[in-house]
Amino acid sequence: MQTNTTTMKKASGINASHVGLVLLKMRTFIALFAIAGFFAFTVDGFLAPASLIIMIKHISINALLALGITFVIITAGIDLSIGAILGFCGMVAGYLISQGIVLPMFGIAIFPSVWLIVPLVLVVGGLIGAANGFIITRFNVAPFICTLGTMYIIRGAALLVSGGETFPGLQGNPELGNTGFDLIGSGSLFGVPFTIWLMFIVAGIIAYIARKLPFGRHVYAIGDNERAAELSGIKVNNVKIWVYTIAGLCAALAGIVVTSQLVASHPSTGNAFEMNAIAAVVLGGTSLAGGRGTISGTLIGAFVIGILADGLVMMGVSEFWQMVIKGIVIIVAVVIDQMQSKMQYKAAISSQANNE
Amino acid sequence: MMIDDDIILKAEKVSMLFPGTKALNNVDYKVYRGAVNVLIGENGAGKSTLMKIIAGVQQPTEGHLFLEGQPIHMASTRVAAGLGIGMVHQELNLSENLTVAENLFLGREVQKGLTPINNAEQRKVTMEAMARLKQNIDPDEVVHNLKVGQKQLVEIAKALIGDIKILILDEPTSALSKKEVQILFDVIRDLTSQGITILYISHRLEELMEIGTHITILRDGNFQSEAKVEDIDVPWIVREMLGSDPVSDFLPPNRQFGKNVMEAKNITYVDKSERTLVDDASFELKAGEIVGIYGLMGAGRTEMFECILGKTTYQGTILIDEVPIHSKMKTAQRIKLGVGLVPEDRKQSGIFPVSSVSNNLSVASLWKRLKFRVIADKDECEAVKKTIADLSIKVSSPTVEIQALSGGNQQKVVIGRSLLTEPKVLLLDEPTRGIDIGAKSDVFEMMVKLSEMGIGILFSTSDLKEIMAISDRILVMSNGKITANVERSKTNEEELVFASAQGF
Repeated sequence: MQTNTTTMKKASGINASHVGLVLLKMRTFIALFAIAGFFAFTVDGFLAPASLIIMIKHISINALLALGITFVIITAGIDLSIGAILGFCGMVAGYLISQGIVLPMFGIAIFPSVWLIVPLVLVVGGLIGAANGFIITRFNVAPFICTLGTMYIIRGAALLVSGGETFPGLQGNPELGNTGFDLIGSGSLFGVPFTIWLMFIVAGIIAYIARKLPFGRHVYAIGDNERAAELSGIKVNNVKIWVYTIAGLCAALAGIVVTSQLVASHPSTGNAFEMNAIAAVVLGGTSLAGGRGTISGTLIGAFVIGILADGLVMMGVSEFWQMVIKGIVIIVAVVIDQMQSKMQYKAAISSQANNE
Repeated sequence: MMIDDDIILKAEKVSMLFPGTKALNNVDYKVYRGAVNVLIGENGAGKSTLMKIIAGVQQPTEGHLFLEGQPIHMASTRVAAGLGIGMVHQELNLSENLTVAENLFLGREVQKGLTPINNAEQRKVTMEAMARLKQNIDPDEVVHNLKVGQKQLVEIAKALIGDIKILILDEPTSALSKKEVQILFDVIRDLTSQGITILYISHRLEELMEIGTHITILRDGNFQSEAKVEDIDVPWIVREMLGSDPVSDFLPPNRQFGKNVMEAKNITYVDKSERTLVDDASFELKAGEIVGIYGLMGAGRTEMFECILGKTTYQGTILIDEVPIHSKMKTAQRIKLGVGLVPEDRKQSGIFPVSSVSNNLSVASLWKRLKFRVIADKDECEAVKKTIADLSIKVSSPTVEIQALSGGNQQKVVIGRSLLTEPKVLLLDEPTRGIDIGAKSDVFEMMVKLSEMGIGILFSTSDLKEIMAISDRILVMSNGKITANVERSKTNEEELVFASAQGF
């Protein structure tokens, strides 16, 4: 039986449709190389380490957001509030550094150290995500509507934190002991910026959760068939709340990174970032209908979008055309995705038919 | 063609082929004018297919229909409606948020060009239709606010608009209360006295005896017999329906059972619209025993399973392994305690279609495969392989998406998923629905094997032959009540059919 299957696999490996399917499966990867290759030829110094590092640094913000909502999208949900969470968390960090925690009854302000600020901001992001998940599961609100609402609320809150002003100069004050925030964005290890390390570490953690922990399997199961998941004893609501919490945490992390890179926090930072993140997830082969998707796919999707954007800038293509091209790439990607799942289904059926 | 005054519609040598099956095989069928023509047969006997052909929903592969002696060809329901044939389907097809009048005229609104819909006219016709049914339903009432019985009558009113000569009712009483059934019967009698011919499908034999005038029995897609209701009785119907083929027996003799693995005491479940779907049901299940629940659609079998699995809020006590469990206990915990469910609707609540066979099998029992809270791949892989071999699931590789498998194999995967949780009690809700005969006996043999391993098996079916083939003990449910609880060896099909109509 076992040898039988392997020989069959070998035999079908030669046929053309199988090769086509493998190519289709690898398409985001191929697209990434094609795009990178194209720019390597047309743009001088595109592959220089310095410009590559800058590009990947840009990518890492979108990648963090996209990694965070991959689980959400696999459960067939959506989170529109991540851009706003990014902005709000940046503002919280900025406020804590420049204003401190004001205690009016004592007439003093406490300036926490960066070691405290970062976890605090992450908790804020996670709680906002958890609130999304709670509203969605408890009150049965469609994820699109719920997160559209929280997007407005949180963006408004970000503006309210400073009255619409920017918190500049977040290097901190040595006398107050809250320096070092800017290092997150500017520091590096072995010549690679912290930001890029962070992106790969987060991707690693989330991929581990997806593959190795029951939680990850449950995420896929819920997206595939929620009723069956419930009947299989999966705590659907708990899983969903955690999924949105993870999205919130990742958005908070991205908010910290952006704020630190800019050494300033502006309340409208991250506007429409959620769209880029969704595009990266979808480009990476995750189905908005749920149940399908990979973390590595999301990472590659983020790279495709990022390299396309920066490469076009370097080529001197106008911003208007950049948008048009990005849109076309997304639609083509999804059309190919549909073709792939159809072919995959047919291939599975035929291999199954041989077997039965 | 001789014109027979009594016969309004006639089907001659009608056959219907579906890929893989022959739903109807050379069926001759006569419909008598102004009578209630009852059509019965077991599930899959071809009743619905025949009705759909007469209503123009489907076209027969072979054979002809004659209306008033004239051959007719109905390409669509519209053509059928033009000829005066209307059908009320088993499921309600009303738009809940529209009014009664709007529903009646859906798709055929009284309106021309760009002028607004003539609501006054629609309302008037609706009133007339309701008067014909002797019903006092406001045409402007939103359908959502009506009771189920009233909705059923609105469906009939919808079919009556226009010049209807033949009205087909497909299991019209399956969702109705006893009182509502009587109202419906009054309506049917009225309609026949107005010269309308009724075609009536139902599983409830008592009802047929009450309302029917002519009866036609189909069996396995073939015409079986025809009679006047006054000449026959229920045992005759059961005999004709089931035939005299010997029932195949899957159970070896002298089966041994252990202690009670599950006990249900006075389970009652009332749904949101205050219908009692499970009514004071008590029974027990021993280790190694296969108990079949027989009942018609809507008898409360599925709801009973949902109670046992903790999907609904119920009153009463359930004991698993002689330990009472709290009625608020969540599904996940019950599964860990040893209750496994194979749901009725495989597509909707059984399989994870785009996930692999491997993930489909292991997802409910991942908590058993953890090493330091991480899934042990090797352990999982072995469990999956073992299950695939044990249940002889035919699959080229465990990584294949489950949607590529045949229905029978999908069902085996769903059963395998429950088995991996190592249940003490396995609930199978209509385990053979939508799978072919070969796979059916596979599933039965699997059930026997599992019971011999000491698992208590509770399964439901609306197929009499199945229940006689594979149960140690039989429960009959009707209208939420358990109306019989007998050992298989001490009962017969007729008794079960009687019991399945007793809950009202």
